[in-house]
Amino acid sequence: MARIEDSGTFETSWCPGCGNFAILEAVKQALAESGREPHQLLFVSGIGQAAKTPHYLNVNVFNGLHGRTLPAATGAKLANPDLTVVVESGDGCSYGEGGNHFLAALRRNLDLTILAHDNQVYGLTKGQASPTSQMGFVTKAQPEGVRSEPFNPVLMAVAMKAGLVARGFSGDKKHLVSLIRAGLDHPGTALIDILQNCPSFNSVNTFAWYRKRCQVLPPDYDPTDWEAALKTAALWGDRIPIGVLYVNRDRPPFEAHIERREKGPMAEQAVDRAVLRDIIQEFS
Amino acid sequence: MNEPILNIVIGGEAGQGLVTIGQLLSKSLVRSGYHLAVTQSYQSRIRGGHNTFAIRVSRAEVEAPQDAIDLLIALNEETVNLHLAELSARGLVVADAGVKPSLDRWLAVPYAELGSGRALNIIALGVAGALLGLDPGLVEGAVDAFFGHKHPDAAAENQKALSQTYAWCQGKYMDAFQLPRPEAGKRRVVMNGNEAIAMGALSAGVKLCSFYPMTPSTSVPLTLAAQAGRMGLVVEQAEDEIAAINMALGASYAGAPSMVSTSGGGFALMVEGVSLSGMTETPIVIVVAQRPGPATGLPTRTAQQDLEMVLHAGHGEFPRAIYAPGTIEECFHLTRKAFFTAQKSQTPVFILTDQFLADSYRAVKPFEVESLEAVRPAENVQPVALPYQRYALTESGVSPRLIPGLSPHLVVADSDEHTEDGHLTEDLAVAVAMNDKRRRKERVLRQEVVAPTYVGADDAEVLFVCWGSLRGAVFEASSRLAAEKNRKTGVLHFAQVWPLEPSQFLNRLERARTVVAVEGNASGQLARLIRRETGFHISGRVNRYDGLPMTADFILSSLAAV
Repeated sequence: MARIEDSGTFETSWCPGCGNFAILEAVKQALAESGREPHQLLFVSGIGQAAKTPHYLNVNVFNGLHGRTLPAATGAKLANPDLTVVVESGDGCSYGEGGNHFLAALRRNLDLTILAHDNQVYGLTKGQASPTSQMGFVTKAQPEGVRSEPFNPVLMAVAMKAGLVARGFSGDKKHLVSLIRAGLDHPGTALIDILQNCPSFNSVNTFAWYRKRCQVLPPDYDPTDWEAALKTAALWGDRIPIGVLYVNRDRPPFEAHIERREKGPMAEQAVDRAVLRDIIQEFS
Repeated sequence: MNEPILNIVIGGEAGQGLVTIGQLLSKSLVRSGYHLAVTQSYQSRIRGGHNTFAIRVSRAEVEAPQDAIDLLIALNEETVNLHLAELSARGLVVADAGVKPSLDRWLAVPYAELGSGRALNIIALGVAGALLGLDPGLVEGAVDAFFGHKHPDAAAENQKALSQTYAWCQGKYMDAFQLPRPEAGKRRVVMNGNEAIAMGALSAGVKLCSFYPMTPSTSVPLTLAAQAGRMGLVVEQAEDEIAAINMALGASYAGAPSMVSTSGGGFALMVEGVSLSGMTETPIVIVVAQRPGPATGLPTRTAQQDLEMVLHAGHGEFPRAIYAPGTIEECFHLTRKAFFTAQKSQTPVFILTDQFLADSYRAVKPFEVESLEAVRPAENVQPVALPYQRYALTESGVSPRLIPGLSPHLVVADSDEHTEDGHLTEDLAVAVAMNDKRRRKERVLRQEVVAPTYVGADDAEVLFVCWGSLRGAVFEASSRLAAEKNRKTGVLHFAQVWPLEPSQFLNRLERARTVVAVEGNASGQLARLIRRETGFHISGRVNRYDGLPMTADFILSSLAAV
């Protein structure tokens, strides 16, 4: 049985007080509770401070290019459906550089869990606006303030009737663990947008700012009600709902649409040379 | 070159079905035992425009197109006007009776009398079949195989149109276009370059192909997609080329032999992924089917303009191999080899082809796949030292590769510079050791460089150098120059253009009096590369960059002009 110690302990390159620490602990807890062994887990990440998280876990890791987590994860999951594939990166990587892949992944609905650390700012490149930065957010790159409306990833995902759409907060670890577990258990693509503070570069959306606004959805909230989920996902202001905003239980995962003769890892599958011989003969 | 050769050109608008006629005529010819080389010329549009499907046919092997037309099957008047000047001395135009060219040798076909409007293709095919003396049963078989399952009710109608056409043709030019009968018993299939690449990939064990459509590469994934269910692979149309290559790399990391297929502009988008393959040491096969650039260029034409791009694509330093097949057989076998090379060296490997070869149907002996091995990523692994380190420093530079999930050991791959265990590092001494390790793998690649093919006199005065799809045209130019001008000639054809191994060819270059590089680009990219690697300057150049395939006529007239 997996234990939280199995995830290991590593020295990180994060700033003191960063929301990433709590997210890392929540991930470890969720993995231990899920019962999955380290070698059954693949974490695919991109580039950014959040994308370093898999390096601080004992798991298989494919730390690829900035923005390209989802295509790499898609390929890996197709190649070995037995792997539990988690995609972990920040808001810039997931929604900015990787925006097109985000939409395509939600359409595909492969069995992936996306953990998007969302601190509304770029950390690794030192403080530029991210796709989720609020209007007027001032940085060295946006000295007059951000001029574009922020991207709302959960609203987009609900609109697309994605597999599972959730929002968490790094300051509510126990709740976050439950969201990650729900994502791991969901048989399609699960998006967990995780609000977190950035103590170095975001002095507007601070830990206290989120703490004051984030409210867990009430127990009677029905995440299968799409129209209600649209309205809930759109909420952003004095109250920011956290929890599982939407679940689509009707949509089969992408894998269900693939006509393949063999299940399991492609690495172990042979070539049927008799069939190939027939195929070549059909060119006559 | 003594075997008679016939050049048949079918021309018309897109949407008239000329490719169908061309394919059926090609199949009928190959089933009759002939060899052929098809050249497709089309415009970047779905309807209208002027397109041609040229079949150069002979009892002997044919590898290249020719300029002069012997039999012009014109589906519209524009085709007659555009190609009249290209007719050979015996050239004949086959056109609707309504078209009246000012020409002695033309065959006015009363299409309206021979069948219904929708049988136009079948009638044109019937005329060609009758003039060439093909067994009508054989042509009918090809038609049935093509249309039969789609339109069973049309079978009788097609058969009637065919037999009426054959009857009408009796006594008309019946001897002019009949080639010597081929020997019986040589069964061949009709395959173009992209189909052969797909078959080679299947035989090598490809399990994932991701792509974004781009002419002239698209028929590689389409051919694979048609067999995905039977062969147990996944073909996925990605949201863009960046996704395509990253998907293939993710799949390869997780153990699936993987490939992508694209053309210049799409490849430009993949370039960061090439670098990721180099850094993470993830095997991948990348097919680049060239067309003229820059930018969107001429989407449906041919070129050899992207050798330098493919050679240099990807920031940083890491090894790669680039194959440039010149025949359908090389498309198959070099694609197979590309998968093995990629697995063995854990680095990106390229197939550099072009529109001409991609679309060029040929008669080939069916590949005997029964004895061909496939790559087995999960079985190649030696016992590893523990704890497992994905990037263990080794003498060859190649580290033992485990597949994640198939053992208790964890596989950590990183696009950042990394330590042996795969975790990111900024230790600069490690960076140097890792750069050296990756570059050591070039020695692995150099051990199996495909030597250039040499054909010609041992002491050639005129030595032609070429690569990729130009092979047939240059061989033909060389032998014609030898026969017609009594010159000692030879050809060096490079089917692998990187790495270059000078010991395989430099002394031939140095011994020849004149060396001529024949390339489908303006700058002489292989000639420049050879100079960079060997210091040898190739002064003679024949460069074609008008989007059309190279022909022996083009080469010989370029030489005559110098």
